Amino acid sequence: MTTMMSAATTCTQPLLEAKHLQLSYGQQVAFHDVSLPIASGEIMAIVGPSGCGKSSFLSCLNRMSDLVPHCHVQGEIHFNGTNILSPRTDTLLLRRRIGMIFQKPNPFPLSVWENLALPLREHGLVKSQTSRRAFRQAIHQAIEAVLRDVGLWEEVKNRLHSSALALSGGQQQRLCIARALILQPEVLLLDEPCSALDPLASAVVEELMLRLRPRYTQVVITHNLAQAKRIADRIAVFWVQQHKGQLIEVGSTQQIFNAPTHELTAAYVSGGKG
Amino acid sequence: MQTFEMSQLSSLRRAHRRDRILRHSLRLLGSITGLLVLLITLFVLQEAWPALQNLGFIRFWTDGSWHPLEGSFGLMPMVLGSGLIALGATAIATPLGLLSALFCQCYGPPLLVVPYRRLLELLAGIPSVVYGFWGLVVLVPQINRLHPPGQSLLAGTLILSLMILPTVALLAIASLAQIPSSYWQGAAALSLSRWTTLTRIILPSARSGLFTAVVLATGRALGETMAVLMVCGNVVQVPSSVFDPVRSLTANIALEMAYATGDHRAVLFVSGLVLLAIVAGLVVMAEGISNQGMSSESVIVHER
Amino acid sequence: MSISQRPGLTVTALDRLLGFAMAATVIAVGLGFCWILGAIVAQGLGQISLAFLLAEPSNAGREGGIAPMLVSTLLILGVCLAIALPLGLGTALLLAEFTITDQRLGRLVRRSLDFLAGVPSIVFGLFGNAFFSQVLGLGFSILSGGLTLACMVLPLLIRTTEEGLRAVPPSYRQGAAALGLSQTTTLFKIILPAAVPGLIAGLVLGMGRALAETAALIFTSGYVDRFPRSLMDSGRALSIHIFDLSMNIPGGDARAAASALVLLTLLLLLNLLAGALAQRWANSS
Ligand SMILES: Nc1ncnc2c1ncn2[C@@H]1O[C@H](COP(=O)(O)OP(=O)(O)OP(=O)(O)O)[C@@H](O)[C@H]1O
Ligand SMILES: [Mg+2]
Repeated sequence: MTTMMSAATTCTQPLLEAKHLQLSYGQQVAFHDVSLPIASGEIMAIVGPSGCGKSSFLSCLNRMSDLVPHCHVQGEIHFNGTNILSPRTDTLLLRRRIGMIFQKPNPFPLSVWENLALPLREHGLVKSQTSRRAFRQAIHQAIEAVLRDVGLWEEVKNRLHSSALALSGGQQQRLCIARALILQPEVLLLDEPCSALDPLASAVVEELMLRLRPRYTQVVITHNLAQAKRIADRIAVFWVQQHKGQLIEVGSTQQIFNAPTHELTAAYVSGGKG
Repeated sequence: MQTFEMSQLSSLRRAHRRDRILRHSLRLLGSITGLLVLLITLFVLQEAWPALQNLGFIRFWTDGSWHPLEGSFGLMPMVLGSGLIALGATAIATPLGLLSALFCQCYGPPLLVVPYRRLLELLAGIPSVVYGFWGLVVLVPQINRLHPPGQSLLAGTLILSLMILPTVALLAIASLAQIPSSYWQGAAALSLSRWTTLTRIILPSARSGLFTAVVLATGRALGETMAVLMVCGNVVQVPSSVFDPVRSLTANIALEMAYATGDHRAVLFVSGLVLLAIVAGLVVMAEGISNQGMSSESVIVHER
Repeated sequence: MSISQRPGLTVTALDRLLGFAMAATVIAVGLGFCWILGAIVAQGLGQISLAFLLAEPSNAGREGGIAPMLVSTLLILGVCLAIALPLGLGTALLLAEFTITDQRLGRLVRRSLDFLAGVPSIVFGLFGNAFFSQVLGLGFSILSGGLTLACMVLPLLIRTTEEGLRAVPPSYRQGAAALGLSQTTTLFKIILPAAVPGLIAGLVLGMGRALAETAALIFTSGYVDRFPRSLMDSGRALSIHIFDLSMNIPGGDARAAASALVLLTLLLLLNLLAGALAQRWANSS
C-alpha cells in the first residue's frame, strides 16, 4: 500500500499544489515564489532554519493566514483541482478537509468528550438519528474510534468527562490530532507537532503519524532532521535569502540526505548527520 | 473525494447563516455604541443652539457677571473656577500618584503592595457624593477654623486631588508594568542607584503612559460635579485666595438646571458644550501622547 | 576614590529622600482612606437598623428610612444593565473578535468610546434630560435615569469586557478556526465561557459606577422619595438621597452618613460577590 502510494507521487495529479506562492506581512515578504506539489498519501516534511517562512507557508494551505492582520497571500494553491485562494472558497469546509495541528497542544478548556463532540456536531458528521439516545450513541462510537486510532482510548476512557487540560502534554497533542481526525480530513498539516513534547511522547506521536500515513496526506514542519529522515517520504528545504524565505530544494528523503543538489541543503543535512 | 451527505451540507449552510446573523448584529450594536457620541454631541448642541444664536458665542466670555435672570451670562468666572480646581487637584495628585505607582510597581515590599493596590482600587470606587459628604462634614469645618467660610477653592482642590489620585496611580502602574524587566536587570547589573535608574531609564521610557495618566486624571477632575458642588461654596466669583468660595461649570449646571428656562437653560447647555470641547481636546492630547509612545515602543521591540 | 564618592553620597541622599517620600505617600493615602471611612462609620453606624432599611423616609428624610431609595436604585440599575449589557457585550465582541473583518468600524467605535469615557457625568445628565426625558417623553423617570446611566457606563463596561476577551489564549481561536468551526460556535462555546471572569469584572465595575453616580441622575430620574409605582415614575437614587440630605436638609447629616454607609456596603458586597463568583468559575472549569 505504502509503496504504491509513494510510487504514485511522481505520475498522478498532486492532491495539493502551491504555485508561485508569496506571503507578506504588511511590507515584509515572509517567503516568495514557492511552488510545491504534494501528492496524495505522502508525508512531506518541511525543514529549514528559524524564520524562513515554514509556518507561514503551512498556514496558507488551510487559509489560516486569513486570521493574521495585514497578511497578504499571492499565487495559487490547488486542492483537488480548485484554487483555494479564491475568495469564493468556503473556508469552514476547507478547514474541515485540511486539518491542522499546532506546536503547542491546544485542546479547548472543555472535557475530552466535548473537545471531540463539538467539531463533530458542528459539521453534521453524525447522521441525525431517530432518538437523542441513538444520536449520542453514534457520537460515542465516532469518538471511541478516533481515540483508538490515536492510541488514547485506553488512557482516557475513564475520564472522558473530565477536563482535557488535565491530560499530559503528549496526551493533549494526541487528543488534538484525534480532534482533527474526527472530521475525516484529507490532509493534515502539522507545525512542529513534537517540539513541545518530551522524547517519549514525541516518539508516540511520530509513530502515530507513520500509522496514519496511507490514509492521510501529511505536511509536517520539523526542526529534527533525524525525525524527518525517519518519517518523511519527501522533504522540502526552505531557506532565507535576501531577507525572504524561499524553497531551495525538494526531493525524496533519500535524495535530500544522500545526494543534495543545493549546497545549502548539503551543509544543512550534514549538520544533521553529524 | 468523499461522499457529501445532506446533513453535512445543511450544517455548513446553518453555520454560515448563523455567522452572518452574528456579524450583522454585532455590527449593529457596535454602530449604536459608536453613534452615541454623535447623538450626545448633537443633542447638547441642539439645546445650546438658541443661546448661541441669540447671544453669540463671544458674550459668554465678555459679560462681566453671571445673572442669568437679568440677561447677563458671563461664564468666565466659572470656567476659571473649574480650571483652578482641576489644575490644583492635578498638581497635588500627580506627585502622590506617581510615588504610589513607584511604590506598587517598583520598590514596595509585596506584603504591603497588594493591600495598597486594593486600597487604591477602593478609593477609585468610592462614589463622588460620598467624598463630597465627607468634605462637607469633616474637611470644610477644619478649613473654616483656619480661615472662614470653609467652603472654598482649597476644599474643592483637596477633595478632588484625593479623588483623582487613584486614577493617576492605577494608570501609572499600568504603564510602569509595560517596561521590560530587562531594563531593570540592566540597571541592576550596572549597580545604578534607584534615583539614577528612575530618572534616566524608567521614567523616560514610561513617559508617554505617565503623561496620558495625568491628562486623563485632569479630565476627570474637570468633569467632577458632586464633590465640587458640595464643598466649594458655589459663589460666582474670581477667587482672590484659596479660601474664597468658587463655582465650577459643572456645579453651575447642577444648581440651575432645575429651574432654568429659555435662554438660561440653553446657556447651561452651552457650558455643557464647553465641557465636551475641553474633554475632546484632552482625549486628542492623550491619544497624541500615547501614539508617540507607541512609535518609540515599537522601536524598542525591534531592537530586542 | 574620594572624587567618585561625592556624587555617590548625594545619590544616596536622593535615594533616601525617594524612599521617604514613597513611605510618606503610602501612609498619607492610607490615613486619608481611614479618615473618610472612619468619619462615615462613626456618624452613620448608630443610625442603621432594620427599620432604617425597610421604612419610608419622613420629615424630609431626617427620620424614617431609605426603603424607597433602595428600590429606586435597584430599578435604575436594572434598566441600566438591561440596555448596557447587550450593547456593551456586542461592542466588546466586535472590537475583540472581529479585528480583521471590521477593522475600520472597530477603529471608529474605539475612538468614540475613548471620547465617551471622558465625558463628564453632568453632561450625560444634560443629554439624558434633553433626549430621554423630553424628546422621547419619558419625563423624570427611572427609565430615563437608567438609560442615561447605560450610556455612561458603556465605555467602562466595554473596555473591561474587551480585556477579558483578549485574555483568552489565542490558541483557542486558532484551534477552533483550524477545525472549521463557525465564529458563532467559537464565541459561544469556547471564547465566552473562557472569558467569564473578565466579563464578571466588567459587570461589577459597571454596576459600581452606576451605583455611585449622582450627577447624571439629578435631572433624569429625579428627586421624588416615594416608592416608584412603575418604571415611568420618578425615583430617588440612594446617592441623590445622600446629596439632598447633606446639602438641602439642615440636620440631615446623620441620616446622610447612614445612607452613605449603606451605599459603600452595597459596593463592597458587590465586589466580594464578584470575587467569589470568579473564583468559583475558575475552580469549576
Ligand atoms: N504575524 C506576523 N506578523 C508579522 N510578521 C510575521 C508574523 N508571523 C511571522 N512573521 C515573520 O515572517 C517570517 C517567517 O515566519 P515563520 O513563523 O513562518 O517562520 P518559521 O520558519 O515557521 O520559523 P520557526 O522555525 O521559528 O517556527 C519571520 O521573519 C517572522 O518574523
Ligand atoms: Mg514556525
